[in-house]
This record gives sequence, C-alpha cells and structure tokens, in this order.
Amino acid sequence: MEFILQNFFNWDIVTQAWPLLLRGFGMTLILMAAVIPVGCIGGLTVALLGQSRFRAVRWLTIIYVDFFRAFPPLVLLIFIYAGLPFAGIDLPAIVSVCLAFLLNSSAYYGEVFRAGIESVGTGQAEAARSTGLSGFQTTTYVVLPQAIRNVLPDLVSNTLEVAKLTSLASVVALPELLYSADMARSVTFNATPIVMAAVLYLVLLWPLVRLLSRIEHRSMGSR
Amino acid sequence: MNADITQWDRFLASFFDLAVMQKYLPDIVDGFLLTCHLAILIVISGLVLGLILAVIRAYEFWLTSWLIVVFADVMRALPPLVFILLLYFGLPGVGLNLSGYAATYVTLTLVLAAFSEEIFRAGILATPKGQWEAARSTGLGFGQSLAYVIMPQAIRMTVPPLTNRTIAIAKNTALGTVVGVGEILNQATTGQSFSGNASPLVLGALAYLILFIPVVVFGRWVETRFAWRRT
Amino acid sequence: MSDTPILDVQGLRKSYGKLEVLKGVDLAVRERELVFIIGPSGSGKSTLLRCCNRLEESNGGAVIFDGTDITAKSTNINAVRQKIGMVFQSFNLYPHMSAEGNVALALRKVLKRPKAEALERARAALDRVGLSDKAENYPNQLSGGQQQRVAIARALALEPKMVLFDEPTSALDPELVGSVLEVMRDLRTAGMTMLVVSHEMRFAREAADRVVFMDEGHIVEEGPPEQVFGDPQMPRTRDFVSRIDH
Repeated sequence: MEFILQNFFNWDIVTQAWPLLLRGFGMTLILMAAVIPVGCIGGLTVALLGQSRFRAVRWLTIIYVDFFRAFPPLVLLIFIYAGLPFAGIDLPAIVSVCLAFLLNSSAYYGEVFRAGIESVGTGQAEAARSTGLSGFQTTTYVVLPQAIRNVLPDLVSNTLEVAKLTSLASVVALPELLYSADMARSVTFNATPIVMAAVLYLVLLWPLVRLLSRIEHRSMGSR
Repeated sequence: MNADITQWDRFLASFFDLAVMQKYLPDIVDGFLLTCHLAILIVISGLVLGLILAVIRAYEFWLTSWLIVVFADVMRALPPLVFILLLYFGLPGVGLNLSGYAATYVTLTLVLAAFSEEIFRAGILATPKGQWEAARSTGLGFGQSLAYVIMPQAIRMTVPPLTNRTIAIAKNTALGTVVGVGEILNQATTGQSFSGNASPLVLGALAYLILFIPVVVFGRWVETRFAWRRT
Repeated sequence: MSDTPILDVQGLRKSYGKLEVLKGVDLAVRERELVFIIGPSGSGKSTLLRCCNRLEESNGGAVIFDGTDITAKSTNINAVRQKIGMVFQSFNLYPHMSAEGNVALALRKVLKRPKAEALERARAALDRVGLSDKAENYPNQLSGGQQQRVAIARALALEPKMVLFDEPTSALDPELVGSVLEVMRDLRTAGMTMLVVSHEMRFAREAADRVVFMDEGHIVEEGPPEQVFGDPQMPRTRDFVSRIDH
C-alpha cells in the first residue's frame, strides 16, 4: 500500500509538479477552445458541400471525409509536423496541431452533420421554400436547427473525442497537460504527475461523459 | 521555369525517393503486420469484455452496476495516451513491468470495452418492454430471455455505432509508437529519422490508407445496411 | 365444469406510488371457463390480468393458481408461467425469429425438448391456429391478425392450463379481428380455460360463460353475459353498458 502511494500519489511530487501541470492544463484548455470550433465549422462546411447540386462536389467531399477518417490522427499530426519541413514548409507545433485537427475533425464532424441534415425530411425544406425562403435561409432557419437536435448525442460524443485528442499534441512537444506531466515524470522518475494529469482530464471531461450517457439512452430506439 | 523544375525534383526526392522507399519497405511491412494483429486482438477482447459487462449490468445489482458505470466513465473520459503512459511508466514502480505492446493492448481493450458496454446497454434498453414480457410469460428465466430474445435484437441495433467506434479505436494502435511499439507509424518515423528523408513517412501513410480505407468504406456500408428499421 | 377454481384471486391490491389501481379484487375462474373482464380504460383490468402471472408484482392479497400462491416469493414463477399462457395486445413476437422459432423457443429452453420435437410441436400449434403454411415466415412478413395467431400458438404450445388474453384484438385492423376471435372460439370449444380483457362486446355476449365488470379498481358486478349486458344490477354497470353500441 505504502509502495503504491509512493509511486502514484506522492504528495511531495504533487506539490512540486503542480505549477508546471497547471500551466499545461491552461494550454490544454486553449487548445480545446481553438480546435473544437475550428472542427465544427470545418465539418459544417463539409456537410453542406456534401449536399451540393454538383455530383463532382459531392464525390469530392466523400473522398475527403473517408481519406481523413482512414488516417489515425496521430499519423496525420506527425506527417504534418515531421513531413512538411521536407517540402520547405516549417510550421510551429501549435499550427501543425491546429491543421491536423482541422483535417481530422472536420471529416468526423462532417459525417455527423451530414447524418443530421439527411434525417430532416425533404418536406421541411419544401415547406420552407414554398413560403418564399431562400435556399440559404431554409438551411439556416429550418433544416440545421432540426438536424443538430437530431444528432446531438453524436455531436457531443465527437466533441468529447476531439477534446481527448488534444493530448496527442504532447507527441510534437507542445507543452499541454500530458506533455507537462510526462516532463515532470521523467525528471522525478515517478508516475505521480501522470496520475495528476489523469485526474485533471477526468475533472474536465467526466461531466461531458455523464451528459453523453443521459442523452444517448434517450435517443436510441426513438430514431 | 528552371527553378520550378528543381523545386519539383527536390519535392520528389524528399517524399518519393525510390531507393529509400525500397530500403524501408520491409520495416513498414513488419509494422503493418503488427498493427493488424494488435488491432484484431483489441477488437476481439474489447468487444467480448464489453458484452460481458453489459450483460452483468443488465442484472441491475447495485454494486456491480455502480462499478461498471465508474469503469466505463473513467475509460471514456481519459485520453487513451494518458492511460498508456500511466501503465507503461507507472507499473514498473510497483514491480510490474509492462511492455509498450502490452500497455497499448490493455489500454485500448479497456477503452473499447467501456464504449461497447455503453452501446450494448443502450441496445438492451431500447428493446421494447413487451419482448421481455412475452419471453417471461412463456416461463423463460431472466438470463434466458436476455440471451435468446433481448440480446439478438439489441446487438443488431448496435451494429452501426459499434462498427464506427471499433474502427476509431483500432486506429488508435498508432499511439503505441509513443511507448516504442514497432507498428506502422513507429517504423515510418524511425525510417524517416535514419534516412533524413520523408519517403518512409509517405510509405507509412500509404500503409494506413491500404489498411483503413476498406474498413471505413465497410463502416459506411454497415451504416446504411443496418439503418434503423423496425417492424 | 368442476367446482374448485383453478385461479383464485383473493383481496388483490396493487398501487403505483400513490395511485391505487387494484383495491382488493376477488375473482375465481373455474376450469374450462371463459371469463370476460370489461370496464372503462384505467379501471385496472389489464393490471389484474398481469398480476395473474406476476408480470406485475402485487402489493397485497393472493393469487392462487392450481393450488399454489404465485405471489409468494418462494414460488418458482417460471414453472408456473409455463402453465399460464399469455397473449398481448401488441403481439410481442420476437422479430428475429420465424413463426415456428417464436413458438419453439420456450419448448426448447424451458421444457428442454430436443430441437426436432420442439419444431414438430411448434408446427402442430401453428396448425391449430390455421397458420401451418406460415411456419417459416418472419413476423414482419405476416399481417397483424396472423402475428396475433402466432402469439396464441406460442402460448398454446406449452400446453397451458389457462390462457390470459390482454386486449388481443385492440391493435388489429377491423377486418383482421375475425380470424383471431375464430381461434379463441375454437379454444373454448376445446375446453381451454380463458381469462380475457377485451372490448369485443359482441364476442363476450356470444362466447363468455361469465362477464366481470370492473371500475376504479373494484369488481362492480359479475354474472352471465345475458344478465350483465341485458339486465345490469348496478348503476355504474348500467351506465357503462348503455354507452356501448350493440
């Protein structure tokens, strides 16, 4: 028992590592605040392009979505971070991370929004157009609000995934929470900082998981 | 004009150097096979464990239910990379040495078990109450009703969300590279740093596309094939 | 018709939270009897029926079936349920099994019959409800009336001593009701004990041995159909009967 406390819940190390981890946590929050909206907007764009009149555009979005869903996000990130310099493009870590997230999560959000848009019957759009609303107005005021409500669980679930994915930025030396924790671990030779990081992730994301459980159980079967 | 051509040559030389590719192809193939069998092991054990947990939870015994909820919540809320590092660097401190491969396998299996338990459970709850009543009214016990009447319907309902989740978690095998598992990404980055050339990365990316494009397309097919349809 | 009741409900009570649905109900059903329960919606008819095989747990009183109190915790309810068939308003057929699979499941898993024997008995039961040609069809390939007859076959295959019918025709299109009533009529001729909750008053009048009128958790009046429909004694019964069209 003593042994476990020493290695995972060492109070001395907690107090030492705390300032470093707090800075990392701040960086993680900034990262989430940047990549979640970027992914959402990108995904919405992809979904709307997927409804295009032009078959070529629809096909291109399907290829785009499947292509980036096939890549593990870490592979995408490393490709951008370690590969692009060979093409003479040297991006700072944070830009690499944002670019990788834009490509990856816009594909996933795009699929969610597409399912939402397709779940709204064509009658809704016809009714809106028959009252003189433009195509853009129809989408904004009639189709999207219903679409988003219909896929709310998937939207929340995807957002949770994106939030967790920010931990990948540690691999390209961006000093977010996990990176800071791993730094502290390698200096102290003790796993306590990683336990601390885990606790901070739990504090931040557990409420989202609970919310997800509630709305998921309500939605299955009624779809 | 001339400058453009040299630019293009440089690009080709950095990303598609055939000699480099040839040299590192065997490593990438090794990584490909490792990724495949790690992913398959994770998918099998994760889904089986998730199903077992969902069945235990269906009995609604408060202690087991509570434990399963906590387990599922924690595994869903934690980024998998955090858990991998925790197992890999933490356990040796208590005398348990886990290889990077084992740490990745255990983590992703538990993550898939947590997600699939929730999905199976949602399927069980979504099966109409009348199905339970009909089964029980013919004298089938709780376990028998669950096994023969409820689960076959619940599993069918859960195929699309389960497929997508399983694919996403299988792709996370790439995280193993951080703890030295020689899967595709690891071989590719090693090759890249040894050769000072991006061609091994391109090979690695191709390997992932070859592996996962069919899987993603299959997932798309499953989604339409099993679209909710009730009689 | 023997005199000892096969089903004896004594002072049965059931509440959902504060709402008391059954307020002390006594009802005896003798062997080979067809008893019809009528009454306005919310009167507790279906709850009473569902307490008879413990799909609902009662809060007081007793349900004696064939000599055993089924509300007792020590009773092996699964063994009792083999002997009490139940037919539901919404059929509740298993959508992932064919008609014969639906009927054979309990034969195999509860009575532990070998597969071949179970299927043979399932087909015999389907034959009894006039569906021997639909044995391999799945529920979504059958009409509502056919689905309900499969559900009846599923109950009959276990050779129950009694069958409970919970509004068996309410979910059916009018033109399909006849085929289900036909089967119930055949069952009565064969001497099956039946307890039926239904709104098919014409059928009650013609086929029931006894009609029970329930209102607000009580049995208000019971008697032969001629009496309950033709000459009701209680004002509430009179009121209810006068509203149904003949």
